[in-house]
Amino acid sequence: MSDQNALLSVRGLTLEVIHNGGAVVKDVSFDVSPGEIVGIVGESGSGKTLATRSIIGLIAPGIRHASGSIVYKGQDTLQAGDRTLRRLRGGEIGVVFQEPMTSLNPSMTIGRQLEEGLILHTKQTAEMRRTNILHMLTRVGLKDPAGALTAYPHEFSGGMRQRIMLASVMLLKPALLIADEPTTALDAVVQRDVMELMVELTKEQGTAVLLISHDLPMVARYTHRFVVMERGVVVEQGTTEEILSRPKHPYTRKLLSSLPFRGDVRAIDTNVSPIVSARDIVVDYPGRKSLFKKGAAKRALHGISIDIHPGEVVALVGGSGSGKTTLGRTIAGLVKETSGEVLFQGKRRDNDWFHYRMNCQMVFQDPYSSLDPRMTILSLVEEALRLIPSLTAAEKKQRAAETLEEVGLGEAFAGRYPHQLSGGQRQRVAIARAIARRPKFLIADEPVSALDVTVRAQVLDLFSNLQKRYGFSCLFISHDLGVVEQIADRVIVMQDGRIIEQGDRNAIFDAPKEAYTRKLLSAIPALDLNDSGGVKLKWRLDA
Amino acid sequence: MKKLTFNGVIGGTIITLLFIVAAIGMFWTPFDPMKLSFSARLAAPSGAHLLGTDEFGRDVLSRLMVGAQASVWIGFATVCFAVFFGTLIGLISGYARGWADGIIMAFNNALLAFPGILLALGLLAVFGANQYGIIFALGIAYTPSMARIVRGAVLSLREREFIEASKVMGNSEIYTILRHILPNCLAPITVLATSMFGWAILSESALSFLGLGVPPPAPTWGNMLAAGRPFIEQAAWLGFFPGLCIALTLLGINLLGDALRDKLDPRMRGLK
Repeated sequence: MSDQNALLSVRGLTLEVIHNGGAVVKDVSFDVSPGEIVGIVGESGSGKTLATRSIIGLIAPGIRHASGSIVYKGQDTLQAGDRTLRRLRGGEIGVVFQEPMTSLNPSMTIGRQLEEGLILHTKQTAEMRRTNILHMLTRVGLKDPAGALTAYPHEFSGGMRQRIMLASVMLLKPALLIADEPTTALDAVVQRDVMELMVELTKEQGTAVLLISHDLPMVARYTHRFVVMERGVVVEQGTTEEILSRPKHPYTRKLLSSLPFRGDVRAIDTNVSPIVSARDIVVDYPGRKSLFKKGAAKRALHGISIDIHPGEVVALVGGSGSGKTTLGRTIAGLVKETSGEVLFQGKRRDNDWFHYRMNCQMVFQDPYSSLDPRMTILSLVEEALRLIPSLTAAEKKQRAAETLEEVGLGEAFAGRYPHQLSGGQRQRVAIARAIARRPKFLIADEPVSALDVTVRAQVLDLFSNLQKRYGFSCLFISHDLGVVEQIADRVIVMQDGRIIEQGDRNAIFDAPKEAYTRKLLSAIPALDLNDSGGVKLKWRLDA
Repeated sequence: MKKLTFNGVIGGTIITLLFIVAAIGMFWTPFDPMKLSFSARLAAPSGAHLLGTDEFGRDVLSRLMVGAQASVWIGFATVCFAVFFGTLIGLISGYARGWADGIIMAFNNALLAFPGILLALGLLAVFGANQYGIIFALGIAYTPSMARIVRGAVLSLREREFIEASKVMGNSEIYTILRHILPNCLAPITVLATSMFGWAILSESALSFLGLGVPPPAPTWGNMLAAGRPFIEQAAWLGFFPGLCIALTLLGINLLGDALRDKLDPRMRGLK
């Protein structure tokens, strides 16, 4: 790796917090050659975003550059003046951010936003600009490019917005594209389409890509070389092949072993009567009401029936808008079904809500919002026991403390408040609260989606251990098929409010029948752990 | 527990002093606050009369001490009234949503459209000008803004997952509201309540100034301030000292209120 050939060369970059001098990025070095795709993998707090933003001179407030250099085409961008930086940003180095919902200006038409960059960085005439924009919008797969010019961002879905964002960046033919978690906010299927498009486009134009993500398999799929960062330090870098098969650093090994691997097949007796059954559930969301008429209702679920057997973990998968969350919330009684009924232990749920609530609990997706910020950890768990008539106050206190211990939060945590805990610890509290009652049935709505890779692995482990110990049945809602492959006994695939396919986990993952299921599966790799702590990724192909 | 901030200590001291002075004023004052003395009319502050005397020769210090009771009582009672009813209305409206919310808020907004002092004037004309009339009138005038603030907080809180979690646990709606929603509304309520205390004392002064407050000869800070106005050139202390009392009280309340809000919020603990 010589500096001469590199398009971008970062050397010994150190960034520190101004008020205490603590380094948040320490001695980071890597190169990007022209036309190459380089990945940066790390969890939150690894400094991957801080390091890459500083390439275009965007250093977060409160942080300063301490030492090191960032040389782009022979010029140190850290020493460059504002004029040079302005020329580089957009014109030479394009950036695609994570949030397609917020990175486009909501009050400007798509046409004007795309034109902005061209006006700033090129000398094209209005006619040329229009032609180029239309061409690029067609290229990124918009159905009606001419119509899109006068449309506003909110008229497009997340995936479409990210395509538009990509179009606006690639219009300027940058030499380097920084893609910071470009698809994290998107659905698995959409994610893959956007990534493929990005790789194609950059290949066409010979643009180098710096792909920043926490998603190791995704990075591995598209890069030849990647860098692993942990707490501001580059712990390992090398070719993708090499790192995957023979990881050297313990952290890389930990990251790899945190990837979800297929769990064991468990014997579930499906001949006994199901503990929870949903029968022909239909849910309509009322249409928008205007002054004189009521808009047409939107049907979220079209007559869904599912059975969950004692001790069984059933995964509900699908893209956003598939109705999987609505189904979970309906079974939990948070959404009222328009028609149909839910049976618990063979009896109608609606006949005995108290009995149902005592035996059915829920874990929510966002551990930041599911815990009352004004209650201590212990009282949060204790509250779950409040309504149990057979326990005395002392027993409740003891049970709460024991349950906290069980989820790996010792006495030291009892008096703390949720904001003093990390996301993973909070989700442990949420799980403790849900299992404290010893429910027979648990609904988990994307319980690990908000967590970092290694934390996710720990929480999943905890979850399956508890499930084994208490034997509760579980409806596990997730868009992440990797997690599902690890934890589920049976899988139900949903799309547009209907069940597309269901079956045993291995059957669904190894021999999917429906095209949509295959499409979902093509987004995640099959993983095999080798002896040296490395991983073999096998991508499942579309039919 | 973390100690109160420096500001909080200052605010607390001022408010404590105010209460002590008001309490002493109930039993003892240097002079009889009602006793007229023509020989000592408009006497400047001196050793005998520390803060001087008014146009009827009444001792200003004694009158301020007695007036503190009325001002503090009116401020306190008004705030309690507005906090209680405002919070109640806000909780119901924000939690129920739908048509109930529509009707309550339409009424609430109509009341909000009146300037508070104008509304109080109108109500006083109906109820008559006395202490209870003032408390009632100001209370009604301040309730709508409290209701709005609480409703807003409730509307955003009830979408949070911990409210749903409470429902899944089988808790009743009343329990959920009292245990989870109300405590999380405390920050905005405290902030608004402390500033309301200030407004109430000011409004009482303004009403007294207009002659609609506590009727003379009973002293309040407001009517003393008003009574001092014609003599501002000969005896500035007549307006200065009641004004100073009002200003200091407001300062104390605001400092204390901010400190209390931070202290009551567990999220503010452990930062810094």
